[in-house]
Amino acid sequence: MTLKINVNHLNLFYGNKQALFDVSLGFPEFQTTALIGPSGCGKSSFLRCLNRMNDIIPNAHVDGQVLLDDKDIYAPSVDVVELRTHVGMVFQKPNPFPRSIYENVAYGPRIHSLFKSKADLDQIVEKSLVRAGLWEEVKDRLYQPATRLSGGQQQRLCIARAIAVNPEVILMDEPCSALDPIATAKVEELIDELRERFTIVIVTHNLQQAARVSQQTAFFHSGYLVEAGETGALFTIPQDARTQGYITGRYG
Amino acid sequence: MRFLWVERCVRLFFLLCAFGSVAVTIGIVASLIGEALRFFSRVSPIDFLFGLTWAPYTLPTGEVSGFGAIPLFTGTALITLVAMAVAIPCGTMIAVYLSEYATSSVRQIFKPLLETLAGIPTLVYGFFAATTLAPILREIAGFFQISIASESALNAGLVMGIMILPYMSSLCEDALHRLPTSLREGSMGLGATSSETIVRVLLPAAFPNLMAAFLLSLSRAIGETMIVVMAAGLAANLTFNPLEAVTTVTVQIVNLLTGEQEFDNAKTLAAFGLGFVLFILTLFLNILALYGIKRYKRIYG
Repeated sequence: MTLKINVNHLNLFYGNKQALFDVSLGFPEFQTTALIGPSGCGKSSFLRCLNRMNDIIPNAHVDGQVLLDDKDIYAPSVDVVELRTHVGMVFQKPNPFPRSIYENVAYGPRIHSLFKSKADLDQIVEKSLVRAGLWEEVKDRLYQPATRLSGGQQQRLCIARAIAVNPEVILMDEPCSALDPIATAKVEELIDELRERFTIVIVTHNLQQAARVSQQTAFFHSGYLVEAGETGALFTIPQDARTQGYITGRYG
Repeated sequence: MRFLWVERCVRLFFLLCAFGSVAVTIGIVASLIGEALRFFSRVSPIDFLFGLTWAPYTLPTGEVSGFGAIPLFTGTALITLVAMAVAIPCGTMIAVYLSEYATSSVRQIFKPLLETLAGIPTLVYGFFAATTLAPILREIAGFFQISIASESALNAGLVMGIMILPYMSSLCEDALHRLPTSLREGSMGLGATSSETIVRVLLPAAFPNLMAAFLLSLSRAIGETMIVVMAAGLAANLTFNPLEAVTTVTVQIVNLLTGEQEFDNAKTLAAFGLGFVLFILTLFLNILALYGIKRYKRIYG
């Protein structure tokens, strides 16, 4: 089993405040890893270290290593823009751009010039929407505003948008927290299908969701990685008392 | 029971305040319309709105001549156009810098500075136009062997552009800054650079609010008087050359009323006619701005 991403001794600081303490974790290729833990435990911050989204926040700084295919993404020679084409991201709240459905998906391919002709681009858009399970629902209204879609459709559109640049890893930051149960089920199903082609990391507050979609689960608590392992094992025989307390609902 | 009584009084008091301000506004508009109607009973609206010569004069016989307002409107349009040509690009770029690139400490210095600029009386801008900018423009024009009027539309327009710049960039900055962070992150997360995010996502997303900022600034520029009085002059030339002297609606209103005591002849009443048209114009622009935002929000909100 190859590791797509390997994190070694990662520390994250926001100004003087340390948010993550010496985190080491490997992400197996073509598997879904769930990051769980109580609010403010650092799981989202950790996710944002994996595509350097924390760079946008002033005063944030990182030490340690994050290896993507054995290359350190924090090395000075790394082009952040290029990195983010390899490591895509889907956010908590669906955030389609206020443009048409087509333009939302075409956005990434356009800025990275990933196509040769209009027909080429049409094909990328269609393929991405098909993979995101949205094509059938929107194929007759590709040029309508994306903001008219329902929340669940918007989130799948954001996934299509992320897929369109052909990433290897997709990071999802609580992708279902703003969705109703039916839309959530659709996105979960989608995550399972996407695993064939992509390595997925998902932050979730929903323990059942973590159990359903992931193969590996990592439990965070106040900035520390407490425990990580095969999902079934972590949920049935947790090694740490804090993990046990969290998954049995003693706090959260 | 005592409280109920107090509540009722307080409510009545505030109702009166609200009603008062509305009543005053209606009164102003009514008096404007009344005087404008008196004017249009003496000068035909068609001659007024489409006439090409502005030299208002009432003959002793009671006949009127020279009430063609077109040169005033073209003058206003010309100066406003120059002003917007300065303010729209500069205002947008200042807003983009302040909202997207400036660190918070820089913003904390720049924003109050801009707002101070917005508080300077327009008369001071007028001085600046007449005493500083006019000679500079003359020098530049002389260098290129072009003739330029000492009181030119270019001069007035440039200074007017500078005058509305703080107002406009402040409005535009609000429009950009209000956009949700999730839009920026969504774009950055796809590997877009800051500039790509600004051009392809943020500016289009803020477009209706930017448009509203432009239109509000435009109404301000159209209604501006002092700068034009000092920098653009009184000659009602029908021209589209910004190097020549032009005059504007507001300047002529001042000019028509200066020194007059009685509002009973066509010449003084013409001021109300002009004011009325100006009022309709800016009202229309403001409504357009509000309507545009609403419509866009219905589609994309």
